[in-house]
Amino acid sequence: MTGILVLEQSLNGLQFGLMLFLLAAGLTLVFGIMDMINLAHGSLYMIGAYLVASIALGSGSFWLGLALGMAATAAIGAVLELTVLRRLYQRDHLSQVLGTFAILLMSNEAVRWLWGSQPIELNPPAALAGPVELLPGFSYPAYRLFIIAVGLAAAGVLYLLVARTRLGMQVRAGASNREMALAMGVDVRRLFTLVFAMGAALCALAGGMLGPLLAVQVGMGESILILAFVVIVIGGIGSIRGALLGALLVGVVDTAGRTLIPYGFERLLGPDLAASVGPAVAAILIYVLMAAVLFFRPQGLFPAHG
Amino acid sequence: MADTEIKPVERVDTAKAATPVAAASLASMRLAPGLLDHPLHWRTGLVLLIALVLLPTLAQAWGQGFYVGVASRILIFALAATSLNLILGFGGMVSFGHAAFVGVGAYAAGILMQHGFASAWLALALAFVAAGAFALLIGAISLRTRGVYFIMITLAFAQMLYYLMVSLKTYGGDDGLSLDSRFDLAFGLDLSQDASFYYLVLALAVAVFVGVQRLLNSRFGHALQAIRDNETRMAAIGFPVLRFKLLAFVLAGALAGLAGALLAQLGGFVSPSMMQWSESGMLMVMVILGGVGHLYGGLVGAVVFLVLEEVLSSITIHWQFGLGAVLLAVVLLAPNGLLSLRLRRQSP
Repeated sequence: MTGILVLEQSLNGLQFGLMLFLLAAGLTLVFGIMDMINLAHGSLYMIGAYLVASIALGSGSFWLGLALGMAATAAIGAVLELTVLRRLYQRDHLSQVLGTFAILLMSNEAVRWLWGSQPIELNPPAALAGPVELLPGFSYPAYRLFIIAVGLAAAGVLYLLVARTRLGMQVRAGASNREMALAMGVDVRRLFTLVFAMGAALCALAGGMLGPLLAVQVGMGESILILAFVVIVIGGIGSIRGALLGALLVGVVDTAGRTLIPYGFERLLGPDLAASVGPAVAAILIYVLMAAVLFFRPQGLFPAHG
Repeated sequence: MADTEIKPVERVDTAKAATPVAAASLASMRLAPGLLDHPLHWRTGLVLLIALVLLPTLAQAWGQGFYVGVASRILIFALAATSLNLILGFGGMVSFGHAAFVGVGAYAAGILMQHGFASAWLALALAFVAAGAFALLIGAISLRTRGVYFIMITLAFAQMLYYLMVSLKTYGGDDGLSLDSRFDLAFGLDLSQDASFYYLVLALAVAVFVGVQRLLNSRFGHALQAIRDNETRMAAIGFPVLRFKLLAFVLAGALAGLAGALLAQLGGFVSPSMMQWSESGMLMVMVILGGVGHLYGGLVGAVVFLVLEEVLSSITIHWQFGLGAVLLAVVLLAPNGLLSLRLRRQSP
């Protein structure tokens, strides 16, 4: 019984962690290379989820929705970068907070304008709707397994892109020393629009994949944005590898903590005390982790260089 | 470019160090404030104060009593934003968790009320002390980090407090806590009257505002601003940098707690959403909007932000879009906040 619970929670954690990674990957590059605090990153996730959901519902095909939604969100991200965000790179963190907070307010309202405030219900594709029996007596939703597969595939593609291609080399060069990369002839401005569009597409992928599990609604980007910040701080700002490991750590700790800590506390402290203390401890666990990393190892657990 | 900007500062510096006569004359020139001084602008301030004192009477006369509550809310946020500006603008500490202290103050008042204590003085004092204590704890840890890590660690602590209150079912959990009634104030004042509550808020806001102004122009305030400009140098000449920053952080937290207690009484309601990160973001936006490191920055920012919110929301339900557009315009066109526009026009 306990073994199955642990297995199920680990899979849930893995699935959540991989989706967090998709969000954190774009955020950490923007943060690491341009030293830019982008509070509007969660808005791209929301916009992506809405686009995927409405195209999927309109066309009847989840896959078409995912593809078109990703492409459209990438385009929106590129336009956002070219028109507004580009002007904020050289400014201090405060201006970046104000500017991207403004974008966050505007995109929340634009989405409410276009789609209304009712959450959108999105169903997983029919082929993946049922459960799969992984072990005798343990079945797991096929769609969640699929999310894990997509997350792993995306992480793999991203790894190849960053570690094996010329574009990835330029991104890494920009992350470790922007001036030097500029001096060596890397067109950082163009590179950055590209990175931003890619980050936006990954946001849409995460939003679209999570759409059937969580509600697609206004404000969905806000809470997950902070989790993405937790991930990149723990992993090390600017490091893709750090974002992946940090995301998995946060996903597993958060998911497992919410189930296992109340369960463990109940054994240790009795049901009354556990009912009030357990959820509180579980909820703040990842923030304690974040604060501890910042205090003892501000460069993160898996820094980009050195 | 950079040379011309630095020169005047250095000239003052060397004058102070080299010639005692010049230093003495500088000290006696009380009317010509230095870089680190922040005059109250008495005439503007007095006009503003008179207008604020008359506001409830005028609102009643025009049959717009509703606006007294709105004005109370704006003043409370001005108080909170001013407290944030103290550390953000004058101390260079970009705290992304200031709403947590507002929330602690609000909960202190709410919990006190739940246990049957209804004295306003007790609630305000407890909110001040409790928020200050949390700020001491959080600041003592956070201030050992720098730059963007400080932003993130204050965010982490604020999130901890937020989720703690969401989970604490004893005090309402996610649903929050209702305050049965307004608090009692001595002297027979009835705080359930909007006007008398407004005057309490106004009195506290003015006291805090003048207090912050006095503090900034004191030795402590000058040292704080010098630490913001060059921390290493201040440490090298023997200032206890960390202690000064921590003191400012605790004071700012305590003042935010005061604002929180007032906010709880205004709405008659306390909820974890007061501590959400977007609330911290909003306070920061107010300060940046008004002008980071301007004495009136927090006040102007809170007034502009909330009046815009009020006006836009009466025009359209999609007021957040307009608000965002205005904020974006400010960040692109007035990089140092609205008050910098006025200052730029004054100096040719």
